[in-house]
Amino acid sequence: MNVPLPPTNGGCRTAPVLKERGQREVFCGLTGIIWLHRKMQDAFFLVVGSRTCAHLLQSAAGVMIFAEPRFGTAILEEQDLAGMADAHQELDREVERLLSRRPDIRQLFLVGSCPSEVIKIDLARAAERLSQVHAPHVRVLNYSGSGIETTFTEGEDACLASMVPVLKDTTARELLVVGALPDVVEDQMVSLLNDMGIGPIRLLPARRIDDTTAVGENTVFALTQPFLGDTHAALERRGARHLAAPFPFGDEGTTAWLRAIAIEFGVSEETFEAVTAAPRARARKAIAQAAEALRGKSVFFFPDSQLEIPLARFLTRECGMTAVEVGSPYIHDALHGPDLDLLPAGPQISEGQDVDKQLERARAARPDLTVCGLGLANPLEAEGLSTKWAIELVFTPVHFYEQAGDLAGLFSRPLRRKAVLHMQATSSSIETREAMR
Amino acid sequence: MKLTVWTYEGPPHVGAMRVATAMKGLHYVLHAPQGDTYADLLFTMIERRNHRPPVSYTTFQARDLGADTATLFKTSCQDAVDRFDPEAIIVGASCTAELIQDDPAGLAETMGLSIPVIPLELPSYSRKENFGADETFYQIVRSLAQPQERTARVTCNILGPTALGFRARDDVEELTGLLSEMGIDINVVAPLNATPSDIARLPAAHFNVLLSPETGEAAARFLEKNHNQPFTKVVPIGVGATHDFISEVAAITGVSGRPDESRLRMPWWSRSVDSTYLTGKRVFIFGDGTHVAAQARIARDEMGFEVVGIGCYNREMARPIRALAKEYGVAALITDDYLEVEAAIENLSPEMILGTQMERHIGKRLGIPCAVISAPVHVQDFPARYSPQVGFEGANVIFDTLIHPLVMGLEEHLLTMFRDDFEFHDAAGPSHHGGHSPLPEAGASGGSLPAKMKDEAVPDNVIWLSDAERELKKIPFFVRGKARRNTEAFATEKGLHEISLDTLYEAKAHYAR
Repeated sequence: MNVPLPPTNGGCRTAPVLKERGQREVFCGLTGIIWLHRKMQDAFFLVVGSRTCAHLLQSAAGVMIFAEPRFGTAILEEQDLAGMADAHQELDREVERLLSRRPDIRQLFLVGSCPSEVIKIDLARAAERLSQVHAPHVRVLNYSGSGIETTFTEGEDACLASMVPVLKDTTARELLVVGALPDVVEDQMVSLLNDMGIGPIRLLPARRIDDTTAVGENTVFALTQPFLGDTHAALERRGARHLAAPFPFGDEGTTAWLRAIAIEFGVSEETFEAVTAAPRARARKAIAQAAEALRGKSVFFFPDSQLEIPLARFLTRECGMTAVEVGSPYIHDALHGPDLDLLPAGPQISEGQDVDKQLERARAARPDLTVCGLGLANPLEAEGLSTKWAIELVFTPVHFYEQAGDLAGLFSRPLRRKAVLHMQATSSSIETREAMR
Repeated sequence: MKLTVWTYEGPPHVGAMRVATAMKGLHYVLHAPQGDTYADLLFTMIERRNHRPPVSYTTFQARDLGADTATLFKTSCQDAVDRFDPEAIIVGASCTAELIQDDPAGLAETMGLSIPVIPLELPSYSRKENFGADETFYQIVRSLAQPQERTARVTCNILGPTALGFRARDDVEELTGLLSEMGIDINVVAPLNATPSDIARLPAAHFNVLLSPETGEAAARFLEKNHNQPFTKVVPIGVGATHDFISEVAAITGVSGRPDESRLRMPWWSRSVDSTYLTGKRVFIFGDGTHVAAQARIARDEMGFEVVGIGCYNREMARPIRALAKEYGVAALITDDYLEVEAAIENLSPEMILGTQMERHIGKRLGIPCAVISAPVHVQDFPARYSPQVGFEGANVIFDTLIHPLVMGLEEHLLTMFRDDFEFHDAAGPSHHGGHSPLPEAGASGGSLPAKMKDEAVPDNVIWLSDAERELKKIPFFVRGKARRNTEAFATEKGLHEISLDTLYEAKAHYAR
């Protein structure tokens, strides 16, 4: 069944990890709201925080902010800091106002922030109280997207983990696929699994609250995203079992991910081949085209989303790149292990960040491509390094076969651009001018 | 608590970042949780800066809270000084650090650093970005400006331009040229591109030009009081304001040099016959107080528009904007809630909006042309080309900016004249290449107004008779929405339940100007 071969020089699973602490140049978990609210169509995300939180969401959401998004910030004011009793009344009033204005909302997430965590506003109790007030039409949950507790994509993890305890119980043997994916990618995935005869498939998060699935002792779950550590733990607490697999990036990752599920559900070799052969061939062809500019080039990952390890695995094994450093905000062995097994030994694996020291390493290595956040990308470009800004990898459909070419394309575009731009006078045009004199 | 989606201003520490990033040789050590570094990308992306903002964050996490965030702050401070070797540092807290009660100022002072340490108190839960910038610049000036002799030649400082300032880069250049033509040299521009040692030299100038009151007024007042430097009160945006500014500078300094006006094209452009159609265009103006005040004068006195509403989002400018609104005979809208702005615009149905990035989107939604005149702005309003707002070239730039969203005279005339032409009517689509252009959606008759708005606009008790409806469709699409609403308002006022052809023309006569 097309088992991906581990690298001949051994993988990175047991490689020493450089653990650093210092200034971190990362988003907080609130940012997850920006893609989660698109996925969960009847949910509203109410951040309880400061003007900084609102400003962050506005800066990160860009033009989305103008599309009447289903998120907002209840900005704490001076009087909210003075007396804690007020905070709950204030919150009740704002929620009341919000829900009467948006009767289509069925799930409300109270999202904690640094300020609300530091002054310890009990949003869990507020969620319980508000759930009772607005039941059964609206379910109110709570999680923290604060920077002091969560890094970027961990906001999605915290959100999904908060939903696990309220999922219905089931004894059915079912597959639960966890992680918010763009609808088009989700449909492709469901159709691949259905074609193998696996179903019904449950999704977390579901597009609407009424579709929300159940979980129990006989549930097995697969993760589509590598940043779902807490959700993983919460599902195991409900008795469900995790199917460890590399993440579905590229041809190899997608196949290995599907295979783990196929084996669990006893799908025959023939069926697996029949279902995956055509999309695999398409993926390989698309990757080959997009990866031309990447072959033999080196790549350096700054920590951002926890997608770094599986993406480094894809770029090194399927696009012919060499990884110099693979930085991740957190490394979780149960989740990242299978990808680390396949990542050829060599790169420095690093967890956490001291951004100035990491920048010095990047400058010294002068990689052909640096994957980093938007606060670093232009400054590094100005130093002559080519960069791929990492946030796009979270917003863009990149999972599974049909997106494999696009995924490689996201990395090759900056290199192709560098090759096509010629701002300096070329020697031939100088010669022409000399000759004309 | 206040529910917010869009904010016109960031928190005050972003204002401090705007000052720090504008300057050179200054570093900002910010006690802030992990995640607050998002603000870096405003500078690297929107302003396309080619370096990281000179800001070190402590990025404390939950596990640090129980332990020792104070030590974390001191370590960050020492690291920043060692690594970046600044001439001075500013230290402060973001909103979360304000709650955990470490004292950045006290902590930094105990470290015995050999460079000036300037502490910032920025109340995150009551003030905003502009206050943060103004206060930070004031504290820097207060700490570093040294008493000294005036320069031999007449010189001035330009105060207020910061990073992320709307057209600050080109305004400084234009203003420098204007003053130079008058025979006045620039001593220091600050904070934009100034070093701490430049700040020390501020009092050598004879006077100050306050380019942006939002971010420079506190420092200007300090220098006036403590170093006897008068500062200019007129911001030279617009032809009239620029002339007033020149007179003001002449009065302060006694210089008699006149700047070169040969490249000022705006007054002729505005007088030329093609601009006749601009007369009485109803405009709504919103933004920061300074730009709104300047644009109101331009709109009324230099473009011949009718100003139907003005407002600003920064409470600090509420008083002058209220006074100005009174002078223009309109109500002032002082709010930072974009929904209120949207409601005001819907209510006034202007023919044009002058505003911020937000009003641009409101305009798009309502089908009203809009030009951007003030921060907050997105990346397209940090242009590569030279585009100041101040001075004579600024006036040229503003004229072009204001008329581009509008249909100009001859074009409007032709559109009206040929509105029934067989290949130039609404249903023919946007191009005269009839066969190739995309057809408009079936049933689309409301022009560019979104369907939702049309429905809202039609009062339940008024119906359009078919001849009137047909006639309405002959009105060019870009004014049809307004004609529809005016007619309906007129009918409601007269207690009519049906709109006939006569009602349509009676309404037209009623609203005629």
